[in-house]
Amino acid sequence: MAEIPIIDIKSVSKVFRLQDQTIHALRDASITIRKGEFVCLIGASGCGKSTLLRIMAGFEQPSAGEALMWGKPIEGPDPSRGMVFQDYALFPWLSVRDNIGFGPAARGLPGAEVKSIVDRFIELVGLQKFATAYPHQLSGGMKQRVAIARVLANDADLVLMDEPFGALDAMTRERLQDELLEIWQRTGLTVVFVTHSVEEAIFLAGRVVVMTPGPGRIESDNALDLPRPRDVSSPEFNDIRRVLSAKLHSHHGKKVTA
Amino acid sequence: MAPAPSLRSGRAIWRRLKPAALALIVPLVLLAFWQVATTQQWTRLIPTPAQVGEYMVDFAWGGIYDDAYSATLATHLLASMSRVYGGFALAAIFALPIGLLIGRIPTARMLLDPFLQLMRPIPVTAWLPLSMILFGLGARSAFALVCLGAFYPILLNTVFGVRSVDPKLFEAAAMLGCKGNAQFYKVVLPAAVPSIFTGLRLGLGLAWFVIVVGEMTGVPEGLGAVIMDGRTLSRTELVICGMIVIGVAGYLSDRVVVAVGNRLLRWSPGNHG
Repeated sequence: MAEIPIIDIKSVSKVFRLQDQTIHALRDASITIRKGEFVCLIGASGCGKSTLLRIMAGFEQPSAGEALMWGKPIEGPDPSRGMVFQDYALFPWLSVRDNIGFGPAARGLPGAEVKSIVDRFIELVGLQKFATAYPHQLSGGMKQRVAIARVLANDADLVLMDEPFGALDAMTRERLQDELLEIWQRTGLTVVFVTHSVEEAIFLAGRVVVMTPGPGRIESDNALDLPRPRDVSSPEFNDIRRVLSAKLHSHHGKKVTA
Repeated sequence: MAPAPSLRSGRAIWRRLKPAALALIVPLVLLAFWQVATTQQWTRLIPTPAQVGEYMVDFAWGGIYDDAYSATLATHLLASMSRVYGGFALAAIFALPIGLLIGRIPTARMLLDPFLQLMRPIPVTAWLPLSMILFGLGARSAFALVCLGAFYPILLNTVFGVRSVDPKLFEAAAMLGCKGNAQFYKVVLPAAVPSIFTGLRLGLGLAWFVIVVGEMTGVPEGLGAVIMDGRTLSRTELVICGMIVIGVAGYLSDRVVVAVGNRLLRWSPGNHG
């Protein structure tokens, strides 16, 4: 018997109406994600990658088609699908500890259990020294670590990341990419990661899904078999980068030099 | 070479004193102008600062003039404070829940918001005659007017705070398992606290602001009553003493609120007054 995929998106379309305009954010997108995969969605703005992610999260309902998790329709946000936002969306009135403990506390776990969960995940992201700090006292990189820990502490099977490192400086971004890969490899999480950086996608993903705009649709689904850790300066890396960049810009009908 | 220690500590002391020194310049200039204007007799109706100072001592402790107002400051101050804080508390009791309702429930907003926006421009002074008819001469009327003055800033800031919660935080809470009504306590209320606090601070300030109008309602005691008596009796020094006491009391009251706020809102970077 075939294994049930963690996420199964079947011919999903999403139409938004803005005043008298109709916008096809997503047309006939299908994608299957198996447990433990690291999938990057990549594309120019307006290609529907964030919409697709938000449908997986349950923040949006498809206009047509089906979005399934473990074979059951996704009917709204759920702790099993954690979201990491580009602008962090931490609760500014809660300390690092309480942000991470928000999910477990909302589930009604007893205080001692929440505390031990928080201790574990605060250590995982290396923020023990900042446990009592408030979000506004943290750097962008630290905020995003809290956001990741908050989702992991809530026992999410699937982590959805919407350009999580887009607002960070290059060095912090690289460090967080390494840390994320390490966590992914250690925990067997499933990650769907939206980015507009080809390099980031190739560095992180086992599969890169290229999307193109107008209307948003899936252009191609590319499995990467580069060994890890990946070297962004290697010829193999750059071969893939060239191919994906060409696919990314295919809708322009222009020749692309990577 | 490093500067001599005495020089450095002198600079450090100056850095510490600079805010206070700068803050005192304008009041001292005005005080000097007042002194000159009254000693040069540009006006005969306003007493000199020294006379007011002397009267203030008598107002507070007595023993100089020993008239009807000697040593009555504490009585009047307490009377006014009870109206300011009582009216303010009453305003908060009404404004907070109504503000939360208007901010969260569209039907409540459509029901109440137009009416309240229509009533809001009417100044407290304009309510004075009606208030005296409705609540009678005296303390109840004063109480009602102070309450009315404090009501709108608390209401409007509560509505604003509740409505301006970052929508991302609702999504974040939902994906962490906090949905529906639980979001009100876990997200809406804490996110609105800085705004609500600003409303309470403005409301308390306005309560002090309208206390004189509130005490025009024929109450025997209170700083507003003292000022009105001073006006009737042409005792300008009494009026000025009342003004100074209201100013200082309102200022100290605000500092306490700000200190509480800074403690309570440590998490909020924009909230250090």
